Amino acid sequence: MSEASTLPGYSYDDLPGLMALMTGDEKHDLAAESTLDVLWVLYDRVLRINPAQAEAEPRDRFYLSKGHGPMAFYAILTAKGFIDVSELPRYGQFDSVLGQHPDRNLVCGAEISSGSLGHGLPIAVGAALGLRAMGLTDDRVFVLTGDGELDEGSGHEAIAFAGRAGLAALHCVVVDNASASYGWPGGIETRFAAEGWSAIRVSGRDHDALEAAFTAPHPGRPHAVIAVV
Amino acid sequence: MDTMRERFARVAAELLDTDPRVAVLLADITADAFEAARSRHPDRVVNVGIREQLLISVAGGMALAGMRPIAHTFASFLIERPFEQIKLDLNHQGAGAILVSSGASFDYAAAGRTHQSPGDVALLGTLPGWTVHVPGHPDEAERMLRAAAVGSGLVYIRLSALANAAPLAVRRLGFTVLRRGTLATIVAVGPLADAVIEATSGMDVTVLYAPTVRPFDRETLRATLIAPVVVLVEPYLAGTSAAEVANALADLPHRVLGLGVARDELRRYGTPREHQAAHGLDPASLRERIAGFLDAGHASGRNRVSARSLA
Repeated sequence: MSEASTLPGYSYDDLPGLMALMTGDEKHDLAAESTLDVLWVLYDRVLRINPAQAEAEPRDRFYLSKGHGPMAFYAILTAKGFIDVSELPRYGQFDSVLGQHPDRNLVCGAEISSGSLGHGLPIAVGAALGLRAMGLTDDRVFVLTGDGELDEGSGHEAIAFAGRAGLAALHCVVVDNASASYGWPGGIETRFAAEGWSAIRVSGRDHDALEAAFTAPHPGRPHAVIAVV
Repeated sequence: MDTMRERFARVAAELLDTDPRVAVLLADITADAFEAARSRHPDRVVNVGIREQLLISVAGGMALAGMRPIAHTFASFLIERPFEQIKLDLNHQGAGAILVSSGASFDYAAAGRTHQSPGDVALLGTLPGWTVHVPGHPDEAERMLRAAAVGSGLVYIRLSALANAAPLAVRRLGFTVLRRGTLATIVAVGPLADAVIEATSGMDVTVLYAPTVRPFDRETLRATLIAPVVVLVEPYLAGTSAAEVANALADLPHRVLGLGVARDELRRYGTPREHQAAHGLDPASLRERIAGFLDAGHASGRNRVSARSLA
């Protein structure tokens, strides 16, 4: 399967306008803005997921663990044909499928429900183990988390185990906007590397650098991309 | 007789051999018993180490990928410690899993409070969709595990070192009538059935055996009810199923007594039998408490109900 194609009439430049349909203006909170470029590069250049062939194999899974501020995520799912644009102005309303944290049982294209921090990466470890056990060795799992989210101890249970288990299908993107209250001395990538991961630090705004980091070979090891914004 | 935990390890290993969807997830506890199975199925027997949050999240992720995970450790670390993972990574995702605990409320009496889990069933009772089994015998535990493995839902199997002398369940999910009487209905849950049978010897009461408590078999309770007087005898937190009885009898004036493990900490070690007695769940204590409850109702005239209100 190839990457999802952008719907006619939508490009990267349209994302702020789509987000404005949810927020009412073109100013977005930091959580939504921080993930915009990372998500765009993943959906436009890397992930093999497509609303027209949602269950086809091989395919990739994308887990938005940092569920707070999902406007960029919803905007990109709209541009890629998962969500109808008419749903965006209803963001957060009682009967909208688009909540302030995504629910996979409501939103087409959301592979996990998230909101409470520290759940996406551990679930992704399970998915990678499941795909391996089923022999689906071409399927990949990408999970997006944040440097603040990694305060949660559950993430470190997952990092330690995934590294030692050699889960090469697992990719963890850490959007690092220096929001962890006590920081990560030496860089958060050192925590991944110490546990046996492949780990790269790149600009979270440079599309070519992000694509290169997401697709860098990492045989036999899970891969972490620290995207600095 | 083997223990429920030994039976679990043997049957789960067999399920791994026969069903490629089944995975066994461990957090060090009982890992030795699965070493042979792990050598046969290295990708489907996964020990995550002492990481119980990860244990549950991995179960959720494996289910999302299409597997049927069975996660196991002591009840205190399977349900109470990673409860948010159960709520979100299983229920909220819509992912199914089988959770199999050992240790129950006081199997490890000498280990103290940290290894005792009287609140597990009450906690799961706050979430939708769970089938909660409290087997009273290894044969029952085996049948529950086999049935759960071919399904896709959320199933909790609470194993215990305490067991009845023989299997008592004759139905897959509902209650089994062990004795019929007219003054009250005693609902004996899982491994406390033998104690209840002994405690109610010679008493004019109905005894129902409940090896599955969620869903709670309101239909059998209702269909066998003569007097609207119900005593729950549960091997975990007292009164855990009291609301289920109240809902089943919502249209009737009724009395309910919930017997089980006390909320207060004992702060005692010793043996499971000593803890059973300390919580008033040994046959002699049960007899005294049940008889006292029936006498209190008799004195106030509330044990009777007209035939019309039960129709």
